[in-house]
Amino acid sequence: MITLTHYMALSALLLAISVAGIFINRKNVILLLMCVELLLLAVNFNFIALSRFMGDATGQVFVFFILTVAAAESAIGLAILVVIFRTRRSINVQDLDVLRG
Amino acid sequence: MSSGIYLAIVLCPLAAALLAGMAGRLIGRAGAHSVTIAAVGASFAMSLMVLREQLDPAAVPLNQEIYTWLVTDGVRMQVGFLVDRLTALMMTVVTFVSLMVHIYTIGYMHDDPGYQRFFSHISLFTFAMLMLVMSNNFMQLYFGWEAVGLVSYLLIGFWYKRPTAIFANLKAFLVNRVGDFGLLLGIATLLAYTGSLDYQEVFAQAASLQGQQMEIFPGSPWSVATIACLGLFVGAMAKSAQMPLHVWLPDSMEGPTPISALIHAATMVTAGVFLLARMSPLFELSQTALSVVLVVGATTALLTGFIGIVQNDIKRVVAYSTLSQLGYMTAALGASAYAAGIFHLMTHAFFKALLFLAAGSVIVAMHHEQDIRKMGGLRRYMPVTYWTSLMGSLALIGFPGFSGFFSKDALIEAVGLSELPFAGFAYYCLMAGVLVTAVYSFRMFFLVFHGKERMDEETRHHLHESPWVITVPLVLLAIPSVAIGWLAIEPLLFGSYFDGAIVVNEDHNVLAELGREFHGSGQFVLHGMLGWPVLLSMFGVGLAWYAYLRNPAFPENVRRRLASVHALLVNKYYLDDLNDKVIARGARGLGSLFWKIGDALLIDGAMVNGSARTLGWIAGYMRRGQTGYLYHYAFAMIVSLAALLAWIIFRGS
Repeated sequence: MITLTHYMALSALLLAISVAGIFINRKNVILLLMCVELLLLAVNFNFIALSRFMGDATGQVFVFFILTVAAAESAIGLAILVVIFRTRRSINVQDLDVLRG
Repeated sequence: MSSGIYLAIVLCPLAAALLAGMAGRLIGRAGAHSVTIAAVGASFAMSLMVLREQLDPAAVPLNQEIYTWLVTDGVRMQVGFLVDRLTALMMTVVTFVSLMVHIYTIGYMHDDPGYQRFFSHISLFTFAMLMLVMSNNFMQLYFGWEAVGLVSYLLIGFWYKRPTAIFANLKAFLVNRVGDFGLLLGIATLLAYTGSLDYQEVFAQAASLQGQQMEIFPGSPWSVATIACLGLFVGAMAKSAQMPLHVWLPDSMEGPTPISALIHAATMVTAGVFLLARMSPLFELSQTALSVVLVVGATTALLTGFIGIVQNDIKRVVAYSTLSQLGYMTAALGASAYAAGIFHLMTHAFFKALLFLAAGSVIVAMHHEQDIRKMGGLRRYMPVTYWTSLMGSLALIGFPGFSGFFSKDALIEAVGLSELPFAGFAYYCLMAGVLVTAVYSFRMFFLVFHGKERMDEETRHHLHESPWVITVPLVLLAIPSVAIGWLAIEPLLFGSYFDGAIVVNEDHNVLAELGREFHGSGQFVLHGMLGWPVLLSMFGVGLAWYAYLRNPAFPENVRRRLASVHALLVNKYYLDDLNDKVIARGARGLGSLFWKIGDALLIDGAMVNGSARTLGWIAGYMRRGQTGYLYHYAFAMIVSLAALLAWIIFRGS
């Protein structure tokens, strides 16, 4: 029997993987974007599981919004990525340290 | 009399000073001296009218506010005049001597490029001095006090290209600053305890001041009256050049001679004496303050007289003589013989101005040679100067019948009758001072006018009597130097002239005691002839005659025998050295210590640059955390978020 706990554990696992991906990944900005998507996915899982558990549809409605925003976000993220590549000729994360003072 | 005349007396010299100062080029030399002389002459004439009015037995003192400057917290600061007999006397003396000096200056400063400036300054001085003496409140007194100090500064440094003059005027200013601080403290004490700056209001509350005590040092309460009086006296000490604040006056001789006569002999230096006489209702309340005044005055009178004997600069001899005479006046004030002090102030103003102007006349004739060792035998060349300085010198030493005799003899007698602590000491100081006065005055007189002609051929060839603008003031000053004593002694000292203006406690009213034995001026002269002061001064003249005319080797012998005493006197008791080496250098050392430790090290080093350096140091560590990599920031955010959530969740339990 799959209980709420399993869903929550999966969600936490996804979150941990994505955070690790953001942190460990030193090479590719695309991977970074994918990790962000995974992060949102973990949140969505939580929403849906709890919505079902509580018998309240609001959480599922919220997921739609998050999906929409996530789609927009990845579109913008990819656009930025293209611009970065054009200007710096690299999408290596290690090269992107202009924030440094 | 309308109050307009009082304003006119004060404002005439001011207007003339502004005109001569601002438009000096426009009106030219003749214009500058005519306008200032006319203004001071007008002031003198009006002062005479005021004096004549005050001489009327029915006259009442005028006490009037002219203008209120500001009112703050109940304290009124205003311009006002208090004209009583004391003021009227001072006004007349000041304007008369000033007028003589103005006329004399035409001759003395004839070739000076700063001619208009000079006239502007001495007129300004007359204005300031009149403001001081006519004031009816402490505010205006302080204004006049500072203004005369300023003009004195400007005039000592009149020849501003001479380094010695600049040194002297700075010294005068700084020493006076010390005194002004004392004066300010005295005024502030009075203001704090009476809540008023007006003379009459303060005097009305004077009795209550005596009862009140204040603790400056914990555990030793002093009467407020004593504290206030001592503060005022410190002011008077600097202005009237009492020891140890006298050091500026001999140096002020760097200024032109007319200024030495007007400011540093006849008028400004007597401001302190005037102040003490004006404050008699306060000083009478404090035995302590009176004793201090008495001792300081008497010590100054004797010790500075000694220095006068060893000086060789003609002006410096007269300067030390001034110091000594100011000491006499101060001692008289200390003995509560205010009237005698003011009387001596008046006679001294005439004969000392005369002596200074005569010295100036000699200096002009000698082509600005001031060393009396290079003079001698001038009697043949300068008869008018000779006779007038003889009169001045006789008046100075108190030769019977001359003005100085009346004032000095009465003054010494009065001190002798005083029963204050240390009055005996003061009496013997003053008595010995008479001998010293006679020696230095006639030493100078004989060396300058008698004996061998020690100047060089060139100078001797050009020797001649000074022009009339110089000799006329000499003659005009010689007249009161001789005659004023006969006329003034009775009303001033023993009459009711100063009733109301000067207050003396009955139990130490030495002048009243003296007055019981007074039977007219003639009697006084006859009585004085046999007294010690006259005998001592005659002996002094004889000594000077023997030492400098009869047997010129004698002073040299004495000098060799008493080499250490001579060195002490030539070095002016090492007071200048003390001031330079200990006080001035000490203050500079302290200043540089504060600058190095307080300013450079603590404020600049630790606080200003220190805080900047600390921030930079912290930032240096902080920037190592700023890698610029996105994933570091993101990680920090997540970890922080987790920590925050953990805190929120586990907080409750």
